Parts: sequence; C-alpha cells; structure tokens
Amino acid sequence: MLQACGLTKRFGPRIVLEDVDLAVHEGETVVIIGASGSGKTTLLRCLNRLETPEAGLVRIGDVTLGQRTDGRPADEAELARQRRLFGFVFQRFNLFPHLTATENVALGPRRVLGMMRAQAEARAVHELTRLGLAQHVDKRPSQLSGGQQQRVAIARALAMDPRVILFDEPTSALDPELVQEVLDAMRALAAEGMTMVVVTHEMRFARSVAHRAVFMADGRVIEQAPPDALFGAPRDERLRRFLRHLEPHRDS
Amino acid sequence: MIFDWAVVQYAAPLLAHGVVMTLQVSAVAAVLGLAVGLAAGLASLSNSAVLRGLVRFYVEFIRGTPLLIQIFLVFFALPVVGIRLPEFWAGVVALALNAGAYIAEVVRGTVGSIEKGQSEAALSIGMTRHSTLLWVLLPQAWRPMLPALTNDLITLTKNSSLLSVISVYELTRAGQAIIATHFAPFEIFLLLALYYWALISALAWASRRIERALPSW
Repeated sequence: MLQACGLTKRFGPRIVLEDVDLAVHEGETVVIIGASGSGKTTLLRCLNRLETPEAGLVRIGDVTLGQRTDGRPADEAELARQRRLFGFVFQRFNLFPHLTATENVALGPRRVLGMMRAQAEARAVHELTRLGLAQHVDKRPSQLSGGQQQRVAIARALAMDPRVILFDEPTSALDPELVQEVLDAMRALAAEGMTMVVVTHEMRFARSVAHRAVFMADGRVIEQAPPDALFGAPRDERLRRFLRHLEPHRDS
Repeated sequence: MIFDWAVVQYAAPLLAHGVVMTLQVSAVAAVLGLAVGLAAGLASLSNSAVLRGLVRFYVEFIRGTPLLIQIFLVFFALPVVGIRLPEFWAGVVALALNAGAYIAEVVRGTVGSIEKGQSEAALSIGMTRHSTLLWVLLPQAWRPMLPALTNDLITLTKNSSLLSVISVYELTRAGQAIIATHFAPFEIFLLLALYYWALISALAWASRRIERALPSW
C-alpha cells in the first residue's frame, strides 16, 4: 500500500538516507529502530515530504508523492492533497498553542476538507473521546500533560482519515509515567487495523504491537523481520550492538 | 527671557484643532499602513520570488529615502502621472506607505520566528502554505508583534508633523500659523511638544492595555 524505493537524502555533504526501500501493507504496523543519526526520522519525513528526497519515489496507493497522475511535478496544492493521505505525529507534539484541543483537531477538517465548523468540531470531539480525552476538549495545549497533548496530536492526525499514520518517536519527549497512555492509544489503533509506521525506542511496544521491525544504521535499512525474529536472532553485528546497548532497559 | 502666558492661553484651544487633524490623519494612515504592512509582510513570506522581490524593493526604497522626500514625491510627483490627491490624502498615503514598509519587516520577522514545528504540523494535515500563514502562524504572531507595531505607530504619529510642509493643517502646521502671527516660537513649540507627548503617551498606554487583553497561552 505504501512503498518507498531508493530514497536518498543529503544534508549538505552528509548522506542521511541512502537508497532506502520500504514497503508497508494495509493494516500493518512497522516499527523502525536504530541509533540516533541513523536516518529513521528523515526516512519518516521523506515519506510525507516534510523533507524532499534527492532521489527515490514514495507511492501510496496509486499516488506518487510530488507527481501528478500525468507524471509532471505536483504543485503546492496537489502536494498538500497528497500529504493528507498521511497522518504525522511529532516527537514534540507540535500542537497549535492558540487553539483548544477541539480546535486543534478540527482545524484540518475545517480548513482543508472545508467542513462546517459545527460538523468539524463534532468530528474532533468524537476523535478526542475515542482517545480518552472527553474531559479535556476545551483545554489549550498548555493546560494538558505531555501524554494528553500527544493524544490530541494523534486525534488531529486521525481526523483527516489518513491511509497511514507516521509516528516520529512519539514518546521520547514524555515523562516516563506518561509514556504508557500514549502507547496504549497506539496499540488500540493498531488493533483497529490502522496502518502505522513508528520510529521508536520502546522495544516492548515494538515486540508486542509491530508486525515487522526495521533496523536502520548509517542511512540504510540493515535488517528487517518480525520483531521476535529481529530481536531474538539479530544477524547484523551493528544490530546486535544496538540491542546490547538497550539491554539494561529491556523487558524480557 | 519672558514667557508669554497670554499667547499660550490663546494658542492652546486653537492647537486643539490641530490635534484633531493630527489624530485623523494618523489614524487613517495607521489603518492603511497596517493593511499595507501586513500584506507586504505576508507577501515577503510567500513562495513567489517575484512578490518577495517587489516587497524587498519597496522596503529598501522606503528605508533608504527620507520621509520628507517621500511626502513630496506623493504630493508633487503623482499629479504628473495623473493622480491628484488633496493634501490630506497625499499625507495619508505618504505616511501609510512609509509605515507599511517598517510594519512589513515586523510582520515578516515575527511570523518567520514562529517555531518551524508549527508549520510542519500544519503541512502534515494537508494545509497549504497560504492557509498555514492565515490560521496557524498569524494568530500566534499578534501578541509578540504588538510592541514593535506600537513603535511604528508612534513613529507614524510623530512623523505626521512633517505633513505641515504640504499644508495639511495638523498640529505642527497650526502651531506655525500662530507663530507667524504672534511671533512666540518658544512658547508655541513647547506647547506643541507637550501636545505630541500627551498623544504618544495615550497611544502607548492603549497599546499596553491591548497587549494585556490579547489572549496568551
């Protein structure tokens, strides 16, 4: 359903992504792991074109990102339409601070899908309630805990009916006691059959939720397999070293 | 030196008329200048290189030339191309164009300084740059913009005194008229200074009130 071929991205002279292929099936949850600087986040951001890759293609369904159906480059409006197919959840939430939780979630439906205000807000409240935030719909982000903010951000992504949601280290900025509520929300989404690509360091989540784990190092995909196989019998030395590093925090 | 209180008593109410005109010309120019500045500031954040270049040129030109010359240009040069404006409107246009350039820089700077994650989040839900500016960045920029905007509006109000050169009968011009007939320059200019000071203080006070009233988060 989602397919990336030969993605390459440089920042100046540094190659952060080198000829990366990734395929994600409908309803699949794929977890991407790897040391910091391995290109995981850049890969995610190239998928929905927050970064423009120097080479390579991203296809979702029959849409090729950045291209129109006749193969010519997509203009800004077309690219915005294509981006809608992806939800994106940021490490630092990136909620709109001047809007309430409901308004945050309703902004896309209103300004992008052209819904009426009442309809968009009903939709927003529905998504927020689904994520256990019914009591917080009228609060501003600054009045919410990190875990609540991240769930609002997930609701914001869901309200656009994306084909796939990309999570960029969604729990890394959270206090430890708030991590679980966000992981639980993601677990529930995965169980409902949402297609998800998750960059994370949460190995227990990876093991129990993901259908497939992808290990990246130096801007390349090194190894991928179902999580039990990847974690249980790592073949690549860099992966073994990475997993040993995590050992002290790892749940058996 | 003798301070002529009689002339002060005579002039004070006459100058009040000038104050009204100064307020009118400044208020209209402020509204226009804010509109021009906002439009130009947003244009300088747009995708279009042509638009950005035009704004760049406009801002550089205004910054690089004296306001006095700009006023004369509007007043004397526009009729050459067939646009004749009465003094009041020529003054308003000159002041607005002048303030607009500085306001454009404030808008560009403030909107541009809003954290990148905000526009990325907007892009990620399929918003275009245009609607991102309008619904995400601009609403967050008002409050941080206000102190700098206040400065520009204060400058505009003080600059309106230069319109005396094209015979807009504002505060300074009204004072000059009295000086011409009564020859009490010190008394009158002092009085003018006090009037301007009071005006500007009121403006600054209003701005602080607005800043407090604006929502924060």
